[in-house]
Amino acid sequence: MASFTDTQSATLSNDEILRYSRHLIMPEVGMDGQLKLKQAKVLCIGAGGLGSPLALYLAAAGVGTLGIVDFDVVDYTNLQRQVIHGTNDVGRKKLDSAADTLSEINPNVEVRKFDTRLSSANALELFREFDIIVDGTDNFPTRYLVNDACVLSGKPNVYGSIFRFEGQASVFATTDGPCYRCLYPEPPPPGLVPSCAEGGVLGILPGLLGIIQATETIKLILGSGEPLIGRLLLVDALAMRFRELKLRKNLDCPVCGSHPTVTALIDYNQFCGIRGEEARPTNAGIPEIQPEELKRRLVAGEDIYILDVREPHEYQICNIGGHLIPLGDLPKRVSELDSSREIVVHCKMGGRSAKAVEFLRQSGFSRASNLAGGILAWSDKVDPSLPKY
Amino acid sequence: MGIKILIPTPLRPYTGKQSTADVAGQTVGEALSNLVTQHPDLRRHLLDEDGKLRPFVNVYLNDDDIRYLDKEATPAKDTDTITIVPSVAGGMTAFACRIS
Repeated sequence: MASFTDTQSATLSNDEILRYSRHLIMPEVGMDGQLKLKQAKVLCIGAGGLGSPLALYLAAAGVGTLGIVDFDVVDYTNLQRQVIHGTNDVGRKKLDSAADTLSEINPNVEVRKFDTRLSSANALELFREFDIIVDGTDNFPTRYLVNDACVLSGKPNVYGSIFRFEGQASVFATTDGPCYRCLYPEPPPPGLVPSCAEGGVLGILPGLLGIIQATETIKLILGSGEPLIGRLLLVDALAMRFRELKLRKNLDCPVCGSHPTVTALIDYNQFCGIRGEEARPTNAGIPEIQPEELKRRLVAGEDIYILDVREPHEYQICNIGGHLIPLGDLPKRVSELDSSREIVVHCKMGGRSAKAVEFLRQSGFSRASNLAGGILAWSDKVDPSLPKY
Repeated sequence: MGIKILIPTPLRPYTGKQSTADVAGQTVGEALSNLVTQHPDLRRHLLDEDGKLRPFVNVYLNDDDIRYLDKEATPAKDTDTITIVPSVAGGMTAFACRIS
């Protein structure tokens, strides 16, 4: 990777002038603005849904140095929205895939790759050499980590988050503006069911929010327009409505307030109440049956009732003929079940069904057990013709 | 009609998929209380055992955070809109798929 000397970033080559001509002919950018972009150093946390459009457009715009932090590998299911990666990149490190795409779009950009999981041990060091941090992550502990590290380093945090077809965007951690903790002082409680149904997201949504983040980043670099400081933008893509709520700096904020109590990075997993990996709740104590075992017993003619606790639209994708009662409806519909029969409960991966079995056992269904690994494991081990999703 | 309450996506499973609700109330607290009466499944997600708003949920009256007004005692009128703003982070939200 070329390293850029001060002289080089203080001017634009003829090649760059031609490349950025549509910026240069606008007084709002001009040569001065383009040079600011060239001299800017932006760190993108995540090269996934939000990170894809963000990094693509920042590179196209001529941001001189783009750092990318991502330890993940491109998965087939990413391609529906993570447009910086292509079909041939499946299995590659996202960092390498992203860096290749960015170099192709704009070889003038210095891409710095950080193949690591952002943590309290490395965040401050990482942030040091950058001017602006853009948060494109997908979990609460990292949100709080990035926020706190931005406040402690004095770097603005361009925030974007998405859920299904709605998103939020703002600019946190500027000197006079609020930080993420001013808005959400407390993280939500742990023990979230990894709800596969709720994990769906409209492919375009991170595109929409990622571009908003790129826009805010460019505005901060140029010092123009009105950035989303003290403003929370709420985007509803289905209704195509954009709303704005006022955000205030909380003077008692433990990180950015007038008497901060958080002066160093903490253990964010502990803060969010998560032990170890933020993952599925433990299925300890829930009786389980392996797919092969269930298959064997069904073929032998045993009387086993299969209960599917997924959602109707999942049942349409694939099913093993189970009786469908979505998890949320189970308490009201439990009378449809016969507690004298053996019941095997399944969902997509085993998380929701474990909750269902726990509930059923507590309600007197002593012969209820969980299909380990759900219908995905059934597809893997028993019937590969069943599609995975 | 009444005070309009905007229901965020993660909470819509508990309001029969409705994205808005119309409730009566003189204050934000009353409006929320009437909301959870209308949609009982919503109660434990929004309020704790003492009936107080859960700390990871923000509530706005029009475009102001009620923490900076009078919290649940903030007066509300029929032309107002209350927005519930949960924290979200990718596929995770504050409102888990729980069963009662």
